[in-house]
Amino acid sequence: MMTTLSPTSRAATRGWSDITIRNLFVIPTVAFLIIFNVFPLLYSLGFSFTDFRASSKDAANFVGLQNYADILADPVIWRSFATTLWYVIVSVSGQFVVGFGLALLLNRPIPGKGLLTTLLLLPMMLSPVVVGLFWKLIYDPSWGILNYALGLGKTAWLTDANLALYAVAITDIWMWSPFVMLLSLAGLSAVPKHLYEAASIDRASKLYTFFRVTLPLVAPILLIAVIFRTMEAFKTFDIAFVMTGQPQAELISSRLYKMAFAQWQTGPASALAYIVLIMVLCITNIYVKYLNKAKER
Amino acid sequence: MRRALRGAAAGDRGRPWERSLLLVPAMRDIVSRTSRENDRPPKLGRAFGRFAAVKAPGKEEGLRLVPHLPAVGSARGRTIMRTATKGMLAGLGLMLASSTSVLAQELTILWAEWDPANYLQELVNAYQAETGVTVTVETVPWPDFQTKAFTEFNAQGSAYDLVVGDSQWLGAGSTGGHYVDLTEFVKTHNLTTTMAPATMQFYSEYPGGSGTYWSVPLEGDAVGWAYRKDWFEDPTEMANFKAKYGYDLGVPKDLKQLVDIAEFFHRPAENRYGAAVYTQVPGDAITMGAETFIFSYGGSLGDYANYKVTGLLNSKESAEGLEDYKKLYTYGPPGWGNAFFAEVNTAIAQGQVAMGMNFFAFFPSLLNEATNPQAKNMGFFANPPGPRGDDFAALGGQGISLVSYSQNKDEAMKFLEWLVKDETQKKWAELGGYTAAAAILESDEFQNATPYNKAFFETMFKVRDFWALPEYAELLDEGQQGFYDYVVNGNGTAQEALDKLAATWVESLKAAGYPAE
Repeated sequence: MMTTLSPTSRAATRGWSDITIRNLFVIPTVAFLIIFNVFPLLYSLGFSFTDFRASSKDAANFVGLQNYADILADPVIWRSFATTLWYVIVSVSGQFVVGFGLALLLNRPIPGKGLLTTLLLLPMMLSPVVVGLFWKLIYDPSWGILNYALGLGKTAWLTDANLALYAVAITDIWMWSPFVMLLSLAGLSAVPKHLYEAASIDRASKLYTFFRVTLPLVAPILLIAVIFRTMEAFKTFDIAFVMTGQPQAELISSRLYKMAFAQWQTGPASALAYIVLIMVLCITNIYVKYLNKAKER
Repeated sequence: MRRALRGAAAGDRGRPWERSLLLVPAMRDIVSRTSRENDRPPKLGRAFGRFAAVKAPGKEEGLRLVPHLPAVGSARGRTIMRTATKGMLAGLGLMLASSTSVLAQELTILWAEWDPANYLQELVNAYQAETGVTVTVETVPWPDFQTKAFTEFNAQGSAYDLVVGDSQWLGAGSTGGHYVDLTEFVKTHNLTTTMAPATMQFYSEYPGGSGTYWSVPLEGDAVGWAYRKDWFEDPTEMANFKAKYGYDLGVPKDLKQLVDIAEFFHRPAENRYGAAVYTQVPGDAITMGAETFIFSYGGSLGDYANYKVTGLLNSKESAEGLEDYKKLYTYGPPGWGNAFFAEVNTAIAQGQVAMGMNFFAFFPSLLNEATNPQAKNMGFFANPPGPRGDDFAALGGQGISLVSYSQNKDEAMKFLEWLVKDETQKKWAELGGYTAAAAILESDEFQNATPYNKAFFETMFKVRDFWALPEYAELLDEGQQGFYDYVVNGNGTAQEALDKLAATWVESLKAAGYPAE
């Protein structure tokens, strides 16, 4: 139902024009964004071209693109980038498979569906730090339940250089698959039933129907879920920070945190933050292009 | 004043906000005058008028405040307004003045969240009782401690008057202008002779050997060892050990023996392991453990005064020490690649390990049966010397520094004067704090007070520390990664790991502007 503002409405009688009301809502928000988002963003961009250290009283010296060059030549940072990229691939694809699979299972009449859906959503309602600490106990090689349940002996999930990253990714998949499931369910429930009926009349197989009817129609919303999760996975810090200190599993956010707040290399840390920002924007743009194509189809 | 107010209020004190306005003399004047005129209890609303039933055009009749103040612009009205304004300003000034004087009677100390901070709060309660100055110990969890402190320093904030900062912060704290120079204070109170020499050198002096001091040693600490006395004294174990190694099982006389003992007790099939050592990467854990072995094997982390690393960090002695540290790691519980003080104490409490490396500050909980079922079986010893007699231990602990941005510097200096008194240091030790006062450390009373105090006393005279440059955090991060890569991940040899780390540190020191090698 559409509501229209009558000339005798309270605002009109007080003499507030539509523009005034609009400004009342918009100006505080824009001011907030400028003060707390845009200004720090530009300020840190300035820092990224200096040797500024927040822990020092020395004035910042302009160093041009030196910070960017140093970062791009640093093998430790490249290792963190490679680790992060692999983590994003493993984590997001895992969440996609598990989340979409759960959505397909729940997109049919089953008893207790509401309760089951609610229970499945619980992990993403928890704090990432709490989740990390729980899983740290689960992974414990001496008395963790995972090794016991799977009969894996004393597997050191979080300290083994080859396993630590996957252990963190599994935790992330457990936590965020419900998010993908939720969006997928919304997409699946929006697929018109008559398309399935038409496919059935045409004697299309279930696999054919899935690939030709379900997937194309759900693709845009799935891509949105993937965009969100990719951006979040790229920025993962809390879970990994709490769970493991293994340098081979160090994500770029952890490296950034160390540079910015443990070592107080404010200038180089700002440069690294901008490199990460540009990378995330590039990846997101690729997804958005696919999203637009999927919408057009 | 309260009595006068109560008198003016004549038994009806009005609402809280009204009472607060009565603090302003002009308001009191109006209230009392109106009260006399109306012969009514002087609620503020009544002072300005009276409530009456009024019917506004187009609205229902209702109660409204009908003012009976003089007309705006009249001579009486202007006088009252002037008096009221003056009075309000005077009252405001009085409130501000009194609030400032209250603030001056408070001191805030920033420290990490751990037991010694609680002991300090108990200690400073006595100072409050003596002087009336409230001292609050504000704590931050260890992982955020450095970040929190330096964020406040960088903002030049005055939230903290004193900070109990890590020894490695000295460079950043002093050169960054965050700490007040306490050299005169140290000289006046003769702290270089009354405190254990190593504590003044590492907790207070920067640059090394400069004679400039930035803190007062507060919580002395260093790496020591806890062990299972019942396992060590078991006749069967003793016989088996002697048969295997050719000497008696007991508190190790050197680090080679310590490695032997760890190997002997390492029995994964029985869920029993040799030793729990520091391995964690975030923070400084693995460096503290590794440097203890490097120092004691005759190696070094570098020449701190001349910024030299090559040939010192990657000497044969350093490599030998690091190799044996790795051996100890392999005799630890499974997945022991992310361990610091909490994990070590947990492994001991769970009866998993024969020995555990830890800072002395974490030993009290091992004697508490509520937190350690093995409490009755615990023994403690100082880090033993290396194979060639070099006898060192990694330094922990902190000194207390005066923050440059404090607005209560005089009061904070008075507090420090109280803190360094012998009786205060004694009380500090009794509460559980690790004093650095040499006379107390040397006393029998202190050494016999707990099973680990004697080991602590022995250790505090042989401590060595990490680099304390303003760029220490970068060197530490590189050290953590380098040590971990060899000790836990098992990449390359100890010599290769140290060669690589030495080259990295040389580059970092050059980049920071120190004289190149």
